[in-house]
Amino acid sequence: MNREETRAFIAKRAARELHNGDVVNLGIGVPSLVSAYLPDDVRVTLHAEDGIVDEGPWPDPSNTEPGYIIDASGRPTSALPGGSYIDSSLSFALMRGGHIDCTVLGALQVDAEGNIANWIIPGKLVPGMGGAMDLVIGAKRVIVAMEHTVKGAPKIMKRCTLPLTAVGCVNLIITNMCVLEVTPEGLLMTEINPEYTVAEVQAATEAELIVSPNLKPMAS
Amino acid sequence: MPKFITPEEAVARIPHGATLMVGGFMGCGNAHTLVTALANSGKGEFTLICNDGAVLNGPDGSECYGVAKLIRNRQVKRLIASHVGLNPEVGQQMNEGSLQVDLIPQGSFAEMIRAGGAGLGGVLTPTGVGTPVEDSPLVYSTVELEGKRYLMMRPLRAEFALVSGYYIDRKGNIWYRGTTRNFNHVMALAADTVIAEADYIVECGQIAPENVVTPGILVDYVVQKRRRTL
Repeated sequence: MNREETRAFIAKRAARELHNGDVVNLGIGVPSLVSAYLPDDVRVTLHAEDGIVDEGPWPDPSNTEPGYIIDASGRPTSALPGGSYIDSSLSFALMRGGHIDCTVLGALQVDAEGNIANWIIPGKLVPGMGGAMDLVIGAKRVIVAMEHTVKGAPKIMKRCTLPLTAVGCVNLIITNMCVLEVTPEGLLMTEINPEYTVAEVQAATEAELIVSPNLKPMAS
Repeated sequence: MPKFITPEEAVARIPHGATLMVGGFMGCGNAHTLVTALANSGKGEFTLICNDGAVLNGPDGSECYGVAKLIRNRQVKRLIASHVGLNPEVGQQMNEGSLQVDLIPQGSFAEMIRAGGAGLGGVLTPTGVGTPVEDSPLVYSTVELEGKRYLMMRPLRAEFALVSGYYIDRKGNIWYRGTTRNFNHVMALAADTVIAEADYIVECGQIAPENVVTPGILVDYVVQKRRRTL
């Protein structure tokens, strides 16, 4: 798989985690592709943290004045009929207050305890946490969708080495190699991309993986 | 009743070194006309409370969109924000040591402003527990209540808030278009002096009371937005 196919593979698998009627917040990068792969019978309400409930598809050709309506990535967009524009205080109340059913977001690192680091690489990248910290502590289900490694180095760690975004909040990790559930015992591999062996996935992962007795091939 | 003045008259009221709130998200909803007037004022040493440093190459064709103008001109000595990655000049000035940046989670940022404007002594939030936010000077303390840990965040206030509305009536009531509402609404609550700019200044009654988002009693001055503010 080339990079684009890899990203689409992850996004398609993540799309299968969403249920009809869910209120969902999608992060930038691979997660932003997820809405394009929803099954026909699944309709979700997209929340954008800069103040949209029920964001429409993008790009939105009807939005000719991007100074007024953008999503959290800065893309010109709009609310669907029946959607709403809200202020930032309410937008984050929706997150922290548990009104978002699921978020799919990327990460720099995640670990065996469900910790996530996705906002800073000290000395290199200091963009700020934006809305990520509120989102991951508030959303009912937190799914990390990302490439399994970065330049060959593991991103799924025994313990995150980068500064954390939040503690113990990740429920599920979906990569191009496998699907991992965060359990009290550790990371449980429930699905594996048939292109890889268990040994190859473990070699690309710093955390120790528990292989489910019902391990299934990962289908996108 | 607010006073209706020009952007230059409004900016003349803001002293060098003032603490400013500017609404907006990635420049969307920045008070572009007021910010441009401030950028041209020659004043600086501002403490800027704004969600982000806006972006370069704005959708209006500007090289520096919104508050990015103030960053480019080095008029800001301290920035309190949640995200600065989309304006690389913030990071450059941070690394040079010429700009102090305090990063706080966006939801905490919104509530700290609301608390500042609502007479509350702080915000108790689980966001940021176990992260470097615990060390922020904007956190009073970490507390544990009924077995759950929280950060006690300080309220935020400013001397001036620059907010942007689409329709503003003669009493200062504001209606926002699209996602420009973002932080403008809470910031209008949390500053000693609130200066609002309007795409359209309308008569009272043209915004139905049910549709007023920010009540005009919070607004001290209103200026007319200029369509091209480069």
